[in-house]
Formats: sequence, C-alpha cells, structure tokens
Amino acid sequence: MSSSLFTPFLITLLVAGLTFSTRFSPFALFGGGKKVPAIVQALGELLPPAVMAILVVYCLRNVNIMTAPHGLPEFIAIGIVAILHIWKRNNLLSIGGGTVIYMVLVQMVF
Amino acid sequence: MTMKKEILKYAFIQTLPVLFGYVFMGIAFGILLEEAGYNFVWALFISLTVYSGSMQFVLIGLLGGGMGIISMIVLTLSVQCRHIFYGLSFIEKFKAMGKRGWYMVFSLTDETYSLLCGMKIPEEMDKKKVFFTVAALDQSYWILGCTIGGILGSFIGFDTTGIDFAMTALFVVIFIEQWYSFPSHIPVIIGICCGTVSLIIFGANAFILPALIASVCLLLLLKNTIVKQDDCQEACE
Repeated sequence: MSSSLFTPFLITLLVAGLTFSTRFSPFALFGGGKKVPAIVQALGELLPPAVMAILVVYCLRNVNIMTAPHGLPEFIAIGIVAILHIWKRNNLLSIGGGTVIYMVLVQMVF
Repeated sequence: MTMKKEILKYAFIQTLPVLFGYVFMGIAFGILLEEAGYNFVWALFISLTVYSGSMQFVLIGLLGGGMGIISMIVLTLSVQCRHIFYGLSFIEKFKAMGKRGWYMVFSLTDETYSLLCGMKIPEEMDKKKVFFTVAALDQSYWILGCTIGGILGSFIGFDTTGIDFAMTALFVVIFIEQWYSFPSHIPVIIGICCGTVSLIIFGANAFILPALIASVCLLLLLKNTIVKQDDCQEACE
C-alpha cells in the first residue's frame, strides 16, 4: 500500500474503532447492572441535537457570503430541504429533492 | 417452510423500510467517496468496518488528512455518543447471544436499534436468531448501497457538481428530526451559535473542536434549565 493510501486507511480504522467503542461502552461500563451517572445520561440526550447543528455549519464552512453568489444556492437548497421535510417527513424525498435542486442551482443558475 | 426460512422471511419484511433507506443513502455515500478520489473498494471497506451513516459522510472529509488527530477523535465521539444509549436497552439480551452478541453491539445503528425496539416477534420464533438476522440484513443493504454507489460514481456521464450537497441535506433532515423530538430547542440553538461563532473566530479548518467543547460546557451549565423546561412542557401537554 502506498503512503498516500496509508493515511486514509488508518483514519478509517480510527473512526471504525471509535465508533465501535461508543457502541460497546454501555456493555463495558454498565454491564454489571451499575447505574448510569446523571451527567453521562444528560450529555447523551442533549449533545446529539447540538452536534447535528454544528455539522450543518461544518458542511457550510467553505461558503463565502461576502463574494457572489453569497451562499444563495446553499441557503435556497437548505430551505427547500427543510420545507420538503417538514411537509412530508420523508428522508429520501427531502435529501433527493434538495440535492437535485442544489445541483441545478450551481450548474445552471449561479 | 423451515423455521430458518421463516425467520429470514420475517426479518426481511421487517427490514424493508431500512432496505430502501440504506441502499439509496449508501449509493449517495459511494458516489461522494468516488468523487473524493476513493473507489468502490474503499466504499466496501468503510461500510464493512465503520458502518454508520452520518459518520461515514463526515469521514469523507477526514480521509484527506487535513484535520488534527485530537479533533478527529473528539468529532467522532461527539457524532457517535448517542450510541451509548442505544446499547443500554440491550445489555442483557446481547449478552445472552454469545459470539453473535458482539456483532449485535457492532451493528447497532440508529435504524437497527429502532427496528429491534419496535418488533413484535412471534412466540414460536427464536428471538435471538431474529435479532441477528435483522442486524445482518441491515448491514448487507448498507454494504450493497455503498458499493453500488462507488461503482456508479466512476461511470456517471453527467455533471455531478453539487452532488455533495446530499451530505448537507442529510444533516439538515436529522437536525429537523431532532428539533421535533426534543421539547426544548436549547441544545439545537447552542449548536448553531457555538458553530457559527467558532467558525468566525477560528476559520473553516479549525472551528469544529472549539465549537464542540463550547457546546458541551454550555449544555452542562444549562442542563438543569433544559431538563426543567422539558418537564414543565411534558406536564403541560
């Protein structure tokens, strides 16, 4: 394996290992019928919505609102995903519809 | 029909909604990964080892190696920490499954978790075998979708500029679902504020770690307020 493939290979293993560790942690920590500490319980419930919001910002991190087209394709497409999803609550429709519209916007409109 | 076949048939019907979701999201993942310069072998490898929808999309951005290792670890743990709570419901059940229990732990995705929680398994069927079959079918759909996407990605003739928006759309959808499922919107608002402020201060390449740390601190500070608000709303409803 060349070195240019070795880094992504290691990163994949790291992410796979960490993912498994989060899935395994309740069995390791609380397998003996121990009580879940309140702080862990609270973070587990409250952190996911905050992380999803940060991930949306993460996806938009390279959008420059100072120069044309001022992030318009992104914001229009996100608006459409949101409207579709609030209306139908169908993941595939919202994601598929929003993506197609974004592709049209960046390829033909802006 | 033998019992084996009957279990497979039952599990297949139960997993049909996941089949469509996983195959299509998997295809989107495979195409994006191919666009990023990693062919279908990578899609196959990642879907076999990581096996997590949202994290695999985040992983595409990490593979290039631009992010520091601490940031990668914190980001992965933050995206995946919800899994800690999925396992809690199945500690005894998975333990009783022996070697297969390890696979159950590994394969406990959001979708598999919700199927396992919701199934009303017929009395005559071996519950453990049904659990294992459902989990294995789900992952096979995901592997299939990711690999097809990776192969398709290298053949697509039309202009795919902008297809990476599928990842943004996925997070927007999860975001809206989270918005609906929590009576309090404080965590979501904390995430938006910390993310945006941190992006402005630290820039596109370094904002995620400070944003996550700030969110954890604020959530712990405001924990009691959020929980109280939830209780109050639940009492009102």
